[in-house]
Order: sequence, then C-alpha cells, then structure tokens
Amino acid sequence: MGMFEAILLTVITAATPLVLAAIGELVTERSGVLNLGVEGMIIMGAACAFIATQLTGSPYVGILAGIASGAIFSLLFGFLTLTLVANQVATGLALTILGLGVSSMIAEPYLGQSGIKLPQIVFPVLSDIPFLGAVLFKQDLIFYLSIALVAGVNWFLFKSRAGLKLRSVGDSHASAHALGINVIRTRYLAVMFGGACAGLAGAQLSLVYTPQWAENMSAGRGWIALALVVFASWRPWRIVAGGYLFGAVSISQLYAQASGVGIPSQFLSALPYLATIIVLILISHNRRTTLINTPASLGKSFVPDR
Amino acid sequence: MRIELERRADVSKLFSILSPFIALGLTLFFGGIMFMMLGKDPFSALYSFFIEPLTEVWSLHELAIKAAPLILIAVGLSVCYRSNNWNIGAEGQFIMGAIAGSILPVVFYEWQSPLVLPLMMLLGMLGGALFAGIPAFLKAHLNTNEILTSLMLVYVAQLFLDWLVRGPWRNPGGMNFPETRTFDATAVLPEMFASGRAHWGFGFAILAAILIWFMMRYTLKGFEITVLGQSQRAGRFAGFSSRKMIWFSMLLSGALAGLAGIAEVSGAIQQLRPVISPGYGFTAIIVAFLGRLNPLGIVVSGLVLALTYLGGEAVQVSLQISDKPIRVFQGLLLFFVLSCDTLIHYKIRMIWYDLNDTTGEGAR
Repeated sequence: MGMFEAILLTVITAATPLVLAAIGELVTERSGVLNLGVEGMIIMGAACAFIATQLTGSPYVGILAGIASGAIFSLLFGFLTLTLVANQVATGLALTILGLGVSSMIAEPYLGQSGIKLPQIVFPVLSDIPFLGAVLFKQDLIFYLSIALVAGVNWFLFKSRAGLKLRSVGDSHASAHALGINVIRTRYLAVMFGGACAGLAGAQLSLVYTPQWAENMSAGRGWIALALVVFASWRPWRIVAGGYLFGAVSISQLYAQASGVGIPSQFLSALPYLATIIVLILISHNRRTTLINTPASLGKSFVPDR
Repeated sequence: MRIELERRADVSKLFSILSPFIALGLTLFFGGIMFMMLGKDPFSALYSFFIEPLTEVWSLHELAIKAAPLILIAVGLSVCYRSNNWNIGAEGQFIMGAIAGSILPVVFYEWQSPLVLPLMMLLGMLGGALFAGIPAFLKAHLNTNEILTSLMLVYVAQLFLDWLVRGPWRNPGGMNFPETRTFDATAVLPEMFASGRAHWGFGFAILAAILIWFMMRYTLKGFEITVLGQSQRAGRFAGFSSRKMIWFSMLLSGALAGLAGIAEVSGAIQQLRPVISPGYGFTAIIVAFLGRLNPLGIVVSGLVLALTYLGGEAVQVSLQISDKPIRVFQGLLLFFVLSCDTLIHYKIRMIWYDLNDTTGEGAR
C-alpha cells in the first residue's frame, strides 16, 4: 500500500466520528433544537461501547450499546429542554459535564485494558480496484454507516414528507404547530437521532480509532462537530467535506509531529482548534447568508398555547 | 401520561428561593443512590462528602481557597449570561490570566518590590480580558458564534501553558520537571487570617460579588445588561448597543477569570504547572446557574461547589473510591437546577389520561 493511501486511510478514520456526530446534530438543529451536549453524548457512547464489547467480546454489540447509550442520554436533554423548557445552551453544557463525569466513573475499571478492534468488511471485487478499493471498500461497518447516514439524512430532509415537517418545525415552530404538526414529538425524535449518531461516533473512537478506553478521549470532537454543522450551513453533504477537511488537519499535525519539524508539538496540537475558529469566522462573517441558512427557530423553546 | 406546563401570571417568588434548595436535595438523594450502587453506605458517604469538610478549621480554609476562583469566575459569567453572551471559555481565560500574571515572578524574578503583587493581579486581569477579547471581537464584528470560539480557545490556552512550562519557562534548577521556578515571597498572595492557608483570593471574590451585585441592582449599566439580555430589540429602542454589551460582558468576565487564575497560582500553587485548574472554569458555569445568576447567590453556590471538590477528596481517603463521583455530582446538580427553574415560571401538571382525546374509548 502506498504512502498516500495510508495517509488517506488515517484521515478517514479521524474524520468518521466528526461526520457522524455532526450529521446527527444537523438533524437536531434542523428541528430547531441546539444541543451543546454532543461532547457528553460522544464520550458516553465511547464508554458504553467499550464496556459492552469487553463484556460480550463482540464489537457489534458494542456499536449497539454506543448508539443506545447516546440516544438514551440525549433523552435527558430532551426532557429538560422540550418538556420543562429549560435553557438549551445551559442544558447542553450540563449534558457535557454529566457525560464526562458518568463515563469516567462507569468505565474506570476498564482503564488500560486492550480492546477489540472492529473488523474490516471487505467487498470482494470492489476492493481490488487499485487505490480506491483499499480506501473505500476495505473499511469497517461504522465508516459505511457514516456515509449511508449522510445520504439517508439528505434524502430524508429534502425528499421526504417527514423531513419537510421536521424542517418546518425548525424554521417556525408556531406555524408548524398551527398546521397540526406535533412540534414537541418531532423535536424529541430529532434529539434522539442526534444522540444516537453521537453515540455511534463515540463507539468509533473506542472501537476503531483507538481500541481502548481513556478518560476524555473525545478530546473536544463534540465541539468540533458543532462547528462543522455551522460550517456545512446545515446541509448534509457539506458535513462530509468539512469532516474530512478537519480530519486532514488533525492527521497532518500528527505527521508533522512525528517527522520532527522544528515547531513545538503543542502548537501543532492546537491546529485543529485554531482551524475550527478560522473556518467559523469565514463561514459566519456574512450576516445575511448566515441568517438565511440558520434554522429560524434554532435554540428557541416552544410551549404550545392552550 | 404527559406533562403540561402552564405559564404563571407572575414569577413565583417562593420557587425563586426554593428552587436551588430543591435541586440540592434531589442531587443529594440521587448521589446517595449512586453511592449505594457503588456498594457504600450512602449516609456515611454523604456525611464525609458534605459535612466532614466543614468540621475542621484547616478544611474551612481549603473551602475558601477552592471557592475563591469559582465565585470570581461565576460572578463574571453571570453578567455574560444575563446579557445573553455565552462565554463558556472561562477555563482558558483563567489559564491566560495565570500566565500573564506570572510574567513578573517567572521572567523578572530578580525584581522584588511591594509593587510586584498588585502588578501581577493587574496583569492577570489584563491577560484574561485580552483572551476573552478574541471571542468578543469575533462575535461583535465578524458575527462568529462565541460559544464555539471561546471553548476552542480553552484547548489553545491549555496547550500554550503546557508549552511554556515544558519549554521556555521551565525551572532551570528543577531537575527537568515540567514546572516554573517557585515564586518569590514578594509574589505570593498573603493569607487572609492567621488561622490557615486561605489567601486574599477569597477576599477578591467577595468584593467582586458585592460590586457586581451593586452594579446589577442600582446602576444603569445593570439595567442595560438585563434589558439587552431579555430583548435585543427593546434594548435598541432604549439606545443600548448590543455590540458594546458583547465587549463589556466578555472583557469583564475575562478579567475576573484572569484574576482568579493569577490569585490561584500566586496564593495556592506558587508556580506554574502543566495543569493548574481542576476545571474551575467549567464548574463556575454550574456555580453561576445554581446562584440563579445573582452575585450574592453565587457566593453561596460557590461555597457549595467548592465543598464537592473537598468532599470528593475526603471520600477518596475514607471510602477508597475514586474522585470520579465529583463530576457526576456537579453534572447532576446543574441538571436539577435547570429543571427546578421551570417551577419559577410555570405550573407543572401531570395529566394521567386525556379528557379531550376524542378518539379514545375512555373519553366517551
């Protein structure tokens, strides 16, 4: 395998959790809910996926556990913000703080254990295609899922009736309510979808990226995923582009550190975070386009009139 | 079953006062269950977590030391949050304040004068304010989301500190440990009372709380903060500028976080290390909400959250469990605080079956 292929593979591995978490959050935000708890849901997914894998010996059970834990954990956020109309920003932060705490508590006995890496699924003929075959058709299940999810979300949001309803809830919850759409139920489902995707992203971290458990192993990816949604202007395929761009930045800094360029490693490690800030500036400095793209009800609580 | 909310005609005074206590009670209840699941006696665990640290003089001093940064940061954050500016990067501003204030005792360590300490505090505030100025500028002039930028800068600040203490600022006589030289006695924040370690950082915290409380309650600026926070449109009609408010609230909270940073380093640690904060900047967010964004309430809630740090250390020793439950406690507490705040504005009704449900058999 050539050097370039090897680099591309690591970029994909680094980008997949970002794409997954961001596509989930995109759906949540399209319904008008800003869930800042992505980081907490990812780390819960990572912990639960790792524990389930160690207990059963099957990383596929681990994937299911990751998805389920993310979805269940997001329900906490849903209950507070949708049923009790608590402030979404503050509740999202609470979810992140709680997730970091709970995950480090429940997974503590598993610290230092070596995990089971999710096996590759090799497509028989396609994987023999030179170059592309090894990159696209010799991957693990979570990678395939990430691409399928983006395609599925794109279809759902823009081609299906339910997706149209979800977008209308995000753009004007009062009008959607007047049309007889159940705003709260739609948002609960969107929040849970976001949680499930974040949980899956966490499972990727503890089963593929580094098959082991380490505290705070999400390392800010939840926040980068939130930035990615803004970067993508709430459009699914742009998440893939942004995710792979960020993946490339974080991998290139690792290669730069390994090759021993004269820059201190801390400065290189700061690159992905600085890149996030720069990208955010580039995307949002034009007030008008930002206003057009952002779901109009984003972050606003809804209490039905009676 | 479903839950319905009905808006109260007026804010409930009763629940404004009660809600933080209900939240604390619920946290204790679920915390007890958590200890039970860990196989410990919940009552003795809660006792050593929340009561024992209050029974001795030295631990009261530790409480004040831990509460000082929490209160200082949270008071600044309360101004931000009330004006609808979501600075969540106080942890980074804390670190940058500590670094800026440490320039004198680390780089110019030979200069010893009574001026050193006040200058350090000023530099700390300046460092924190400048670092908070980045997300402020980006939000006010380039329309960039301050939540994400302020948080990203936390990682940058942590890495910058790491580089400093391992690289240019490493103690030349320190056997290669990643830490700076220890501060000279003239650069150490003195103790407040003769009975123990608590330093003047706690005094700063109380002073800041009182000043900000006064500002919020009796000055036009305080009114401006509240109006702009509740409705930008209404604020514009009154001639208030939301752009200036972004700058004001972010710089103020940054300066207070920076002061917390340098006070902690100068008073409690007396050198810089790769990690100088157990997450004070994030815990302060909980402190701000538990204190209902009221500076005087924040003094109380800062002491409560400081107690969770102390209690966490205490149960580590007495029950042989890890320090992990601390963060679970803190997270739970914020959750319950936010849910209980609903009671202030709404009446909550449980509806077990729906009388309006015309499709169900039971309705006929």
